[in-house]
Amino acid sequence: MKVLLRNPRRELDVAGPIQVHALLDRLGLNRESVLVIRRETLVTGDATLQDEDDVEIRPVISGGLA
Amino acid sequence: MIEIRRHNAGFCRDCFLHHCRQQVRRTIDDFDMIDADQRVLVAVSGGKDSLALWDILLDLDVDASGLYLGLGIGDYSDESGRYAREFASSRGAPLTEIDLPADVGFDIPSGARRARRVPCSACGLSKRHLFNQAALDGGFDVVATGHNLDDEAAVLFGNVLHWSEEYLARQMPVLPASAGFARKVKPLVRLGERETAAYCVLRGIDYIVEECPMAAGNKHLWYKEALNVVERSSPGAKAAFYFGFLDRARERFACAEGPAAGLASCSRCGAPTTGEVCAFCRLVERATT
Repeated sequence: MKVLLRNPRRELDVAGPIQVHALLDRLGLNRESVLVIRRETLVTGDATLQDEDDVEIRPVISGGLA
Repeated sequence: MIEIRRHNAGFCRDCFLHHCRQQVRRTIDDFDMIDADQRVLVAVSGGKDSLALWDILLDLDVDASGLYLGLGIGDYSDESGRYAREFASSRGAPLTEIDLPADVGFDIPSGARRARRVPCSACGLSKRHLFNQAALDGGFDVVATGHNLDDEAAVLFGNVLHWSEEYLARQMPVLPASAGFARKVKPLVRLGERETAAYCVLRGIDYIVEECPMAAGNKHLWYKEALNVVERSSPGAKAAFYFGFLDRARERFACAEGPAAGLASCSRCGAPTTGEVCAFCRLVERATT
């Protein structure tokens, strides 16, 4: 599957099927710091992503000290 | 579906949107943030928090206008402004803009460099001053900002690490109006930024996802990452830390609060200041020469 990552923007190829939490662990990402989006909707941690999916992992941490 | 582990709950789309609106309504009521007939100026950045806040306030029938401050940070500012305008247009809500380079005379990257300030510091000072001034000039009762639970917990974490007593005394989701200062409120403090991001995705609100290039490596982001490591193992830790401070500890620092009385007017802009010239006018002078 294609996995879009941000900050910086880049794309990875990852073999499916794989559970969302396992994908985040593999990429070293904290589930509290990201949303996983497939077909413009949110995916929960226990969902299984398939090889043909396009997935975005969107960081949610933002902001300078304003 | 979205799972919010600190509530030990999963929500469908409609229930989650309802949850977000309820959390903001509860915060406004609990902290007496906004009266029914008051006009609110929302500080809009084009990011998820300020657009989610503006959207929720409008849905709660609050008279909320937006103010976008163009910071002159290249493509990042161009894109942020576009998202702010698109949202305002989609909701038919009034948006005012101030462009720092055109209207004040400097942009954040080069102005901060000339003034020998950290960019986030110059940016924060500019926002505080210009949003406050715009609220006073425009006759708004309240300035609302999109600071969320993660923002407030991270600031608290930094203030505790350094025992910054004066800042701890002022760390409230409401700062009352006083001479020269508009009332300031943070209605999103019961929502984490994962929730505000999810709110925007589920509402179809486009926002700038890319991080500000000036913020890379700042301490505030480190503190957020550190707290999320704790949160992952102990869901609810951030909320317990922040609201526990408000409930049990903040008043102990009240005596450290700076003197509200005794402020003079800036000789250049008239804003309240402890010196002859306010911090923002000093920044402008150094950033433009």
